[in-house]
Amino acid sequence: MYQRFSYSTQQTFFQKVRSMDYILLFAILSVGLISGFSMYSIDGGSFEYYTQNHLIRFSVFFILMLIISFVNIKVWHATGYIFYLISLGLLFWASFYGVTASGSQRWINLYFINLQPSELMKIAIILCFSKYYHRVQIHNVNNFKNILVSCIILIIPIFLVISQPDLGTSVLIALSGIMVLWLAGLNLKYFVYSSLLLLISAPFVISFLKPYQKLRLLTFFDPGKDPLGAGYQIIQSKIAVGSGGLYGKGFLKGTQGYLEFLPEKHTDFIFTLFSEEFGFIGSLVLLILYSIIIFRIIRIGTFSRSFFGRLFCFGFGSAIFIYILVNMSMVLGLLPVVGSPLPIMSYGGSSMLATMIGFGVVMSTKIYSKQLIS
Amino acid sequence: MISGSSDTNLRKLTTINRRMFIFSAAKAVVFFGIVGRLFSLQISENKKYLTLSDKNRLRESRLPPVRGEFKDYFGNTVAGNLKVYQLHVIPEQVEDFKYLMVRLKDILNLDTKTFENLIKKKNKQKPWETLVISENLTWDEFSKINFYLHELTGAKPVITVGRNYPYKNSYTHVLGYVSQVSTNDILNNKTIKDRNVPGLRVGKSGLEKTFEEQLIGTNSVQRYEVNAYGKRINQIDHEEGKQGKTIRLTIDTEIQNYTSELLKDKAGSISIMDIYTGEIIAMNSSPSFDPNLFLYGIDQNTWSQIKKDPLKPLVNKTLSGLYSPGSTIKPIVALSALENDVISPNMQVKCSGKIEMYGQTYHCWKEKGHGYMSLKNAIKQSCDIYFYEVSRLLGVDRLNLTAEKFGLGKKVLGDFFPNEKKGLVPSTSWKKKALDQSWYLGETLITGIGQGYIQVNPLQLCIMTAQLANGGYKIYPTIVADEKLESYEEIKKKIQEQKGDNTEENYLIRATEEFLKTGVKEHTPLFRNQENVKFVLDAMFKSTNEIYGTSYASRIDDPKYQYAGKTGTAQVKRITERDRELDLDLLQIPYKDRDHAWFIAFGPYKNPRYAMSILVEHGGSGSKAAAPIAKKLFKLLIDRKELRDKKKSRKTNI
Repeated sequence: MYQRFSYSTQQTFFQKVRSMDYILLFAILSVGLISGFSMYSIDGGSFEYYTQNHLIRFSVFFILMLIISFVNIKVWHATGYIFYLISLGLLFWASFYGVTASGSQRWINLYFINLQPSELMKIAIILCFSKYYHRVQIHNVNNFKNILVSCIILIIPIFLVISQPDLGTSVLIALSGIMVLWLAGLNLKYFVYSSLLLLISAPFVISFLKPYQKLRLLTFFDPGKDPLGAGYQIIQSKIAVGSGGLYGKGFLKGTQGYLEFLPEKHTDFIFTLFSEEFGFIGSLVLLILYSIIIFRIIRIGTFSRSFFGRLFCFGFGSAIFIYILVNMSMVLGLLPVVGSPLPIMSYGGSSMLATMIGFGVVMSTKIYSKQLIS
Repeated sequence: MISGSSDTNLRKLTTINRRMFIFSAAKAVVFFGIVGRLFSLQISENKKYLTLSDKNRLRESRLPPVRGEFKDYFGNTVAGNLKVYQLHVIPEQVEDFKYLMVRLKDILNLDTKTFENLIKKKNKQKPWETLVISENLTWDEFSKINFYLHELTGAKPVITVGRNYPYKNSYTHVLGYVSQVSTNDILNNKTIKDRNVPGLRVGKSGLEKTFEEQLIGTNSVQRYEVNAYGKRINQIDHEEGKQGKTIRLTIDTEIQNYTSELLKDKAGSISIMDIYTGEIIAMNSSPSFDPNLFLYGIDQNTWSQIKKDPLKPLVNKTLSGLYSPGSTIKPIVALSALENDVISPNMQVKCSGKIEMYGQTYHCWKEKGHGYMSLKNAIKQSCDIYFYEVSRLLGVDRLNLTAEKFGLGKKVLGDFFPNEKKGLVPSTSWKKKALDQSWYLGETLITGIGQGYIQVNPLQLCIMTAQLANGGYKIYPTIVADEKLESYEEIKKKIQEQKGDNTEENYLIRATEEFLKTGVKEHTPLFRNQENVKFVLDAMFKSTNEIYGTSYASRIDDPKYQYAGKTGTAQVKRITERDRELDLDLLQIPYKDRDHAWFIAFGPYKNPRYAMSILVEHGGSGSKAAAPIAKKLFKLLIDRKELRDKKKSRKTNI
């Protein structure tokens, strides 16, 4: 465990293995297992397309995470900007040569995988800001140059993702970035000012929204208005969750999912399928597992000796929380339907990749918690 | 680097940690918010969402109910359910729909029109909905389909039940028929509306319609699970419906069929009734049609043929046909005159073929005249001149009272048949009210021989005869057998106990009592002096069994079958002087202008049990066209009497 009195930066391999956060690993694996069961249910109770793909991805990216963990935190600190720039480049790439699916140009074809750079950007922005504010002195945080640079770093990817168009991911990128900025000590008044600015410009922004996005916003306020159209998703997902009850309908017995009433059940709405089959208790277990993950990530952050590690862990932990919050609120009818996957649970390679990279860096922070970064 | 010595770094550290703490606190709050939302959806509103979920996925498919049967008195099915062979196709499950249809067209010899209609129907409905290729395959077609089934993927031979009337034409006017539900049926009958499914057949006329609620039965229900696109995934459960009630009629099929045979190629009606229990043993109207034709929609040709038939097969003549009773009214006229002490049975009237009254000449059917007639002879030989005199003395209003008492001018079966007509027994007040004219005495005279305003249906004459034949007691006609009803012995015993106090006052008292305690069927006497009834019955006996009687030619000498009757010949057209001079043979007169032939009868004469009325539309004289039918019928009727009585006693023993 944490060896406060050892100042040796050199650790043997076994020391590294021993210093990993096993509770975090256990929680991640548990959620991965649950997601495997959910995919099995989506395949109609057989080990087929979704289950196979999802579990292969999970395993591959889990190994990737372990590899990342054993790389010194210094390396990740060094690659902070590069990772951001690569993600940004991929975003540009997607904007010009991306694959268009369901009215949105957000994927790039890498032959073995269709990559969604906006998902990588969710991690990259945290990494980038953590690196940037690692060095900035507390009394310089609120100076003009820093704020301007931060704004530029934040606004370019958001703009690119919005123009794809992908409202959900851009909101998540924005929230992840803002979170780190807040943690780094940016003055509260800037958040208040920009919120006010957003509110004032909201009608203007709304006029730029695509018709389907406007419809989603409208249906959020009144899902019953068009039960077979735009409100269908929210109504059906509420029915699925609500009909689950305390114990759920049982594994592979979720009628809403099985009979295809649930839309997007393998991606954004995976929680409804899970919740229908395993009920309130199952959902609570899943939420607790997520809480453990978030708690462990933040705990690792508090023991980190570098501002980079600390900021990243705090930022990533909060981002995971935001992802979950937005996704849950969406499927439970508390927020409008915006595309936002549930970490680990949702089917989708890019999201899984980004999440696992994040866990990897967190684990690296844990293993190299005593590492000083100049 | 984080070094405790640096003040700024410490400040940075505390800032980050403080803000993280604030944020974590917020997270905890939000976390409980999410859990709260989950709780409210999954625990508090669980029922609501479970219902919604079931509503999403469960679909009910209701199948047509199995209709109750009609049995005759002896338990033979007269309207049943037959196995029907059908061919269904679910387009979704067919690989090559066009090929299948062409093959089926070939095998079943479908004509092009039906074929095109099927294609049209298929395009209108959802691919998973059943397309009924044929509702009624013959056994040959059905076995042919089964033979080729291996190459007809998607075709489903199905066996279900459909209405069947084994005696075809015989029961049509009693039972009516069933056919596809119409908009009116749904609007007028809530039960039909509730149980309506494609393929349901409902009663369109007759008892099928009257007893719809009892007969219809309840739907079988299949519950299916469907997916979001409405496709059936699997069957959850099957709830077997209840067959409708079986209704047993009082009719004897053997006799009913015989009446059909007797009325073959004629227009007319026969009704037979038990004179004590009021059970209708046969009730037929001719011509008839085959009700089975309506089951799957009748084709245009056959329908227009039925509709245009001049003998009117669609009209139930027994109930809806109104005719002048002709001389069959004479027993009632005589009884009314005797009951009111208007004449003595010994009154003599000389018939010289015609009589001059109120400035008009009234003719007897016998041109030469009957000579001196007594009342008994006048009934026996049906002398019109005598009855002109009787009715002149009696007056139409007193006749009206007696006639209505014995069942004329009111519905016989009440609510059983909505198409039953009341007929009309005229009176001075009726004419005043309906036509705003005063009564002419000449009209009384022709009413006395059953012409003029008076109109009856054949069943009314039947119950009139029955109520005379049982000695003049009220009976309650019915067509539905009911074990709870009294047997004829019980009724007869009751009637005999009533003898003795048959004054007008007692009759009135009894009638009021009967009215007060509804449901109790009192067999009240309809006469004042039973001797008068006996006198009339004797006259009717003579009319059939003594020489010069109008139906003497149709008598049966064997006392076992001996019966009494009264003929009637109802004019449908005023006979002009020219017609009388011509004295044309029946076949020389246009069909429409020929007289209706009537015969009313009861038998066996000793200890009578049955009454009947026979009408042959435009059949000519009652003695020639109607009475011979009665002779044949009584033979069969009395031969089957024992069987019928046995059936009843056995039933009551249970």
